[in-house]
Amino acid sequence: MKRYECDVLVIGAGPGGSMAARFAARHGLRVFLIEKRPEIGVPVRCAEGISRAWMEEVEIPVEKHWIDTEIDGAKIYSPDEKSIVVLSAEQAGNEVGFVLNREYFDKYLASLAAEEGAEIWLKSPAIDIIKEDGQVKGAIVRKFGENVEIHAKIVIAADGFESQVARWAGLNTVLRERDVVSCVQYRMTNIDIEENFTHFYIGSCAPGGYLWIFPKGENEANVGIGVALNKLHEPGEVKRYLDEFIEKHSNLRKGSVLQIVTGAVSTCPVPKRIVDNGIMLVGDAARLIDPITGGGIANACISGKYAGEVSAKCIDNPTKECLEEYQELVKKKWGRKHLRNWFVKEKLASLSDGTLNKLMDVISQVKIGEISVRAILEAVQEKYPELVEEFEDLL
Amino acid sequence: MIRAEPSICNYCGACVGMCPVNCIFLDETVIKINEDKCVKCGFCIRGCPMGAILADWWSK
Repeated sequence: MKRYECDVLVIGAGPGGSMAARFAARHGLRVFLIEKRPEIGVPVRCAEGISRAWMEEVEIPVEKHWIDTEIDGAKIYSPDEKSIVVLSAEQAGNEVGFVLNREYFDKYLASLAAEEGAEIWLKSPAIDIIKEDGQVKGAIVRKFGENVEIHAKIVIAADGFESQVARWAGLNTVLRERDVVSCVQYRMTNIDIEENFTHFYIGSCAPGGYLWIFPKGENEANVGIGVALNKLHEPGEVKRYLDEFIEKHSNLRKGSVLQIVTGAVSTCPVPKRIVDNGIMLVGDAARLIDPITGGGIANACISGKYAGEVSAKCIDNPTKECLEEYQELVKKKWGRKHLRNWFVKEKLASLSDGTLNKLMDVISQVKIGEISVRAILEAVQEKYPELVEEFEDLL
Repeated sequence: MIRAEPSICNYCGACVGMCPVNCIFLDETVIKINEDKCVKCGFCIRGCPMGAILADWWSK
């Protein structure tokens, strides 16, 4: 078998992998960034909404060519659609700011990695890892149909939700049923929607998840849904929920579907171990998705940067003890937040449409800027005292 | 017998990530299922966004 040598092998050229490769290469390491698909950024498996606040942290210059629309805020609709909570971009967090064109965005990030010297291979799926004496030392890769060995001091697994490399290496990224959300999205054209806002629908239209409309400009939008696996009972149910919603809304029903995007996200707390001897997991492969929003792009980029930088520090001593620094950075950044959001997600998934309608009615009448836990609780107390007990632990 | 029906499958890899025993592999654009390792939990059958995973032993 043909043999290649490098310092860092990054598996998967999505946002997390490209950022890991970029920051490792910046420190003078020899980096291979391998991608199984024949094109970076394709096929899209994403709703494409992101905020803009984190981009400076990972040194991504904003380029117009990968932005489809700029978003001013988010609107969240109650199950009966009578109450709408409007959040400004700052309040809404991860999912507003831009709606991306991922085909261009992913290629742009890969080009940033290439600029720093990373070598990119396409049509090169990893088919197994190389492990000697408990140390990950590379991967077997099928490069254009030919199996080759890539020996690396450090492997960074950025293989997305599939998270196979982690499991080959013996790291546990298995998800509980309640922490898997299955998603279907249509890119639709010729629909009427309010541009400049992302739209979220909650309740029994999307059990354990939500339904979204993210404008892409010129009467186009990503119209998608995520439903928790523990709320699904039969094959094809996710798609049926989406079709039913579209059928009920005349502004969408008149449109046409240009593309079907599918995938899944994790909605779990940060896993216990995301490093081992010679290996680090980043992004979706490390289950670093926000349990409430399902947003993963920012976290993938930031964790990719952390992993790239820790690679440089540990390159002569790539033990799990040294790589532990990466795990600590991740836990510090997301450990508490994702645990809290996991609890909130579980609570929200348990509420009936009736309860959500009442809660949203109250929140939609609290002035923006004055939205706080206390303000909401007081308003609930006043209008629906019978519900206070149900929300106390949530709020 | 369990398989991904290629005429329905969107080869997104969702089934791979939700399989608790890692018996599904996305080989570029083809889903391969190792039946010997499968524990018949039904996660992939219910969770596949397209409903592309078919098994003769599946019933609600």
